[in-house]
Amino acid sequence: MAATSSKKKPVTALVITGIVSIVMYGLLLTKQELINSTFGKGGWFAFLPIVTAFLFSFVHGAFTGHFWTVLGIEAAKKKKEVK
Amino acid sequence: MHDIATNFINLDLITMLYLFGVGFVGGLVSGFIGSGGAFVLTPGMMSLGVPGLMAVASNMCHKFPKALVGAVKRAKYGQVDVKLGIILGISAEAGVLYGAHIQESIKKAFGDAGSNLYVSAAFVVILATVGGFVLRDAWKTHKSGTAHEEEKAGKLAKWVQSINIPGTMVYFKSLNAKVSVLFTIPLGFATGMLAATIAVGGFVGVPSMIYVLGAPSIMASATELVIAFVMGVGGSFKYALSGLVDIRLAMLILAGSLFGVQLGAIGTTYVKPFMIKMVMGVIMVIVLFSRALMIPVYMSQLGLMDKMGDMTVKVLKNTSFAIMIAALAIGAFIIIKAFVEGRREEKLRLASEALEHGKI
Repeated sequence: MAATSSKKKPVTALVITGIVSIVMYGLLLTKQELINSTFGKGGWFAFLPIVTAFLFSFVHGAFTGHFWTVLGIEAAKKKKEVK
Repeated sequence: MHDIATNFINLDLITMLYLFGVGFVGGLVSGFIGSGGAFVLTPGMMSLGVPGLMAVASNMCHKFPKALVGAVKRAKYGQVDVKLGIILGISAEAGVLYGAHIQESIKKAFGDAGSNLYVSAAFVVILATVGGFVLRDAWKTHKSGTAHEEEKAGKLAKWVQSINIPGTMVYFKSLNAKVSVLFTIPLGFATGMLAATIAVGGFVGVPSMIYVLGAPSIMASATELVIAFVMGVGGSFKYALSGLVDIRLAMLILAGSLFGVQLGAIGTTYVKPFMIKMVMGVIMVIVLFSRALMIPVYMSQLGLMDKMGDMTVKVLKNTSFAIMIAALAIGAFIIIKAFVEGRREEKLRLASEALEHGKI
């Protein structure tokens, strides 16, 4: 078997991160008023948007990474050797 | 104090899809060249009714998590020089603060039109000189048939690398040489100033890493993501202190942007290094025309030339915005085309290697 197709695709990880990502976006959009009024206060509440951005980047970032891998779109296998 | 209720726009499905779509294309370009997208996203949000400062703040708050994901992905490919990124990023942060201060002073003295004129003039001058140079260099490489060869540091970079100032020398793996931080500090500062002025610091950051420091294009564009992350966290927090970040907008853009940034990062492993310069140069030169169109509008608002009719202003504004979107779309098209061709070549190479080794 060619090495290119032997790697197992991260379908389970894709589904899990996908579900968590959807839940997070669901919460963000259904609790808009609460989020706007809290995050818009400024001051110490400034940490909220920053922490939220980090959380989304971890979860949704992992999901999008798995998404392309499952689709078979991955980095080139190896660079040409420079001698 | 900001009026919270009026600052946050209502989100409908079309708006959300628009943010997702522009985020995706912006992310694709950022993942590939290290920056880009902000010049469309900020005015794009403003056209939805988002106040200017909030658009800038929300854009910045999507930029740093995007840059983080892009940088991590490209670090896996060995393309990121974390040390160079952090050193440049810290001086860029100072540049952002100074750039924002200049912006505020200009706004106080000359109002919105004066500030807009300054931003557009900065766009035109920098994009014409740096963008023109980058595009010419990429074109020369393309025409000379040396695109397959490893990139070499230019004369300026070799000179910078040859200067030894005791106590200031730092080794950078992307340069495979020691360079004085007295050279990196002004470069980072200029990147930050540009980021505060035209929202795309990478248009100075990436070319300066390539031409002044001698970093290969692929590593320069990847390291720019570290700079964007460092600058973005600080900038977002500063805006968030005043409650200016609309996290819904930032995260909706991020939703599309993370798909794009991953794809753009993967794309860099398939293309020849000069393609980074090509995409960056093409985008910069097209954006230059977009901003140049707006200069007469701001000059007329400032009374520096005859007053323009409302219709003329509207046509110029819309054309300018359309050209900016075109710049991003053309950049994305070149990336996808180069990516598809690169994948095809890779498949052929793997197939021929397999044949040679008698695997199939």
